[in-house]
Amino acid sequence: MTGLTLRSSRPPEADPGRWRRLSDDWSAERQTFRGASWRKAMMWIFLLSDTFVFGCFLLAYMTVRMSTTVPWPNPSEVFALEIGGRQLPLILIAIMTFVLISSSGTMAMAVAFGYRRDRTRTALLMLATAILGATFVGMQAFEWTKLIHEGVRPWGNPWGADQFGSTFFMITGFHGTHVSIGVIVLLVIARKVWRGDFDHGQRGFFTSQPGRYENVEIAGLYWHFVDLVWVFIFALFYLW
Amino acid sequence: MADAQFGAAGALPRADLDDVELYHPHSWLTKYVFSQDAKIIAVQYSCTALAIGLVALVLSWLVRLQLGFPGVASFIGPKEYYQFITMHGMIMVIYLLTALFLGGFGNYLIPLMLGARDMVFPYVNMLSYWIYLLAVLVLVASFFVPGGPTGAGWTLYPPQAILAGTPGQEWGIVLMLVSLILFIIGFTMGGVNYVVTVLQARAPGMTLMRMPLTIWGIFTATVLALLAFPALFVGAVMMLLDRLLGTSFFMPAIVEAGQRLAYGGGSPILFQHLFWFFGHPEVYIVALPAFGIVSDLISTHARKNIFGYRMMVWAIVAIGALSFVVWAHHMYVSGMNPYFGFFFATTTLVIAIPTAIKVYNWVLTLWRGDIHLTLPMLFALAFIVTFLNGGLTGLFLGNVVVDVPLSDTLFVVAHFHMVMGVAPILVIFGGLYHWYPKVTGRMLDERLGQLHFWATFLGAYAIFFPMHYLGLMGVPRRYFDIEGLGFVTPSVATLNAFISIVAFLVGAAQIVFLVNLARSRTHGAPAGGNPWRATTLEWQTPETPPAHGNWGRTLPVVYRWPYDYSVPGADRDFVPQNQPGLTRAEAGAAS
Repeated sequence: MTGLTLRSSRPPEADPGRWRRLSDDWSAERQTFRGASWRKAMMWIFLLSDTFVFGCFLLAYMTVRMSTTVPWPNPSEVFALEIGGRQLPLILIAIMTFVLISSSGTMAMAVAFGYRRDRTRTALLMLATAILGATFVGMQAFEWTKLIHEGVRPWGNPWGADQFGSTFFMITGFHGTHVSIGVIVLLVIARKVWRGDFDHGQRGFFTSQPGRYENVEIAGLYWHFVDLVWVFIFALFYLW
Repeated sequence: MADAQFGAAGALPRADLDDVELYHPHSWLTKYVFSQDAKIIAVQYSCTALAIGLVALVLSWLVRLQLGFPGVASFIGPKEYYQFITMHGMIMVIYLLTALFLGGFGNYLIPLMLGARDMVFPYVNMLSYWIYLLAVLVLVASFFVPGGPTGAGWTLYPPQAILAGTPGQEWGIVLMLVSLILFIIGFTMGGVNYVVTVLQARAPGMTLMRMPLTIWGIFTATVLALLAFPALFVGAVMMLLDRLLGTSFFMPAIVEAGQRLAYGGGSPILFQHLFWFFGHPEVYIVALPAFGIVSDLISTHARKNIFGYRMMVWAIVAIGALSFVVWAHHMYVSGMNPYFGFFFATTTLVIAIPTAIKVYNWVLTLWRGDIHLTLPMLFALAFIVTFLNGGLTGLFLGNVVVDVPLSDTLFVVAHFHMVMGVAPILVIFGGLYHWYPKVTGRMLDERLGQLHFWATFLGAYAIFFPMHYLGLMGVPRRYFDIEGLGFVTPSVATLNAFISIVAFLVGAAQIVFLVNLARSRTHGAPAGGNPWRATTLEWQTPETPPAHGNWGRTLPVVYRWPYDYSVPGADRDFVPQNQPGLTRAEAGAAS
């Protein structure tokens, strides 16, 4: 391994500057992203691809909303709940958003405790994240049920453009599926943390890859991503 | 030798990469069927792609039979004709070319050329193949459902794709969309593997700027695919909802047989945007691996370093980036703001610059090289002229004013078959002749190969060159029968018959190739480890075919770029990437 013709052109202590460091990383041997394992890199690449999926969904939604000739239903009225005799616009969505954003907080704490190898706290915080996520999905199911009772269908609704129901069910459904998958992944990993699989590199049943606490962080990346996507859906679908 | 400046990075202690765990199979089933070894997955991908490609070949025969000799085959009516062209196009673009270049060549060459033991996540890589196989089976199933496969044209434009009157409206279109969705899911599983393996699992000394251009091509194409396929995925999901749930994403208000349909308010143009945001990068998903492979074939078989390696890399990256901002040049006749037409025409023509850089560099690599007219080299040379030809007609079609009268004529068909049909297929053949000895340990038969090459190359020109003239005469594409069209001269029929006869012969030549593939596996001449005297790592494996784990006990160490051919002072006319000095004696002393 000593015969490499790689030589540093400068003394190593001099700070090469941001661009030089970037260029060094990209022209380096073996690993392009130092300090990132292939697992973490793979999750980031997947999320980049998934960003394009949601981006296309949202752009398609904006296009049909602009192209349809029938007025769009008013989201503030459609998504209002009657509580104590008063119409509260977007109250359920506000609670859902609060729950999902809070779950990102518990997830971040779980990652921190994971790297301290605090099994109990990590597993409990992941469990809390999963419960918050499941609550979100539950409230979404409530919202779907309510709208379906009021006559909203993928092919039409009582208030305006047919595309309102189509895009609503498609986009929230696709996002809800992402959250549900996330909840399952969180529960599986929380169980592995609880059992101590990551303390002694227990191999995965399917993948035969040794388990590491890094998996908590990778699940967290996915979870934060799903949260972030929700912020865009919230802004573009409910607030517009 | 182009030893790059590595800065501080090269001096840093190497990150420990032994966390890339190799899965060791325990049974025949996990070794050869549900294999997690990228080499076996590559062979599975390639065989499946070639098998479904054979279906597409037969479909093209049937299409040509109808066009050349209308009415001769009584079983081909307009409905069947549309189904044949649709399935031929879709199979060739997605299930053959994409799968073979990325799933086949990618899986085989990425770990071997980079000095890795396998893909980084072999389990998911295996799933990728099985989901691809499922997608192919769903696609094939559409031939057997009531109404047959979809005949919507390979672009699947709504509203006609899902309306009554289009063949396969009952089940065919549903299976087509489901198959595409499955393909994209499966591809994503493989794609993240290819990208991350290139980024994070290279052998010691293998910097990005020492990677063979084949890997650069496959890597960039995979990145494009990961960003472009989502658009097709979304389009397919939405069209599936339009078809099954009665939503109106792409469906405007439509009157059918006097009845107003329940659809209304959707945007057919939206589908075209989604489709072509995928569709144009798709051209380069197919072309970039071809560019990369052809660079390596030319350099190896001309015994000369590639000309302008860095420019070649940047050209690949630039073409990849530009391919995302040209998609609407497929939609000049769909109706769009003239300023957009101007923008997309400009970006389209800008792509000619990096592409021309590549063509010049291939030619300059050949210049004064020690050219061996081996089969891979013949195919590589054929690729350069074919691609150049198809690229030049692309300049016609990229301009709005020239494109509008040529739209939907055979000129377009001739253009894209030359540039993204014939040209990449020629590279696939060249690549198979080149790497078959590594995969099987035996050479493909030379005489059958020569027959295959000349028939394919000359035949492809005999088919597609006259087709340009037909297009300029105004012969429309997608027409079942052009008889009785006042603006088409009768002599067109003669040329059509000629094209069809050549197409039958070229198709038959592909059967020769498949026979060669099957027969040489047991009867071919033993190849040895490095029959082409090539420098890249896959030819330096301790065993041929490479064993599980590729490299035996220790990973190779890379000392040089992949194009050290005919270096003065070396004892051979090639210096493998893992050889420290110029001569083997020096190398022995150093290790």
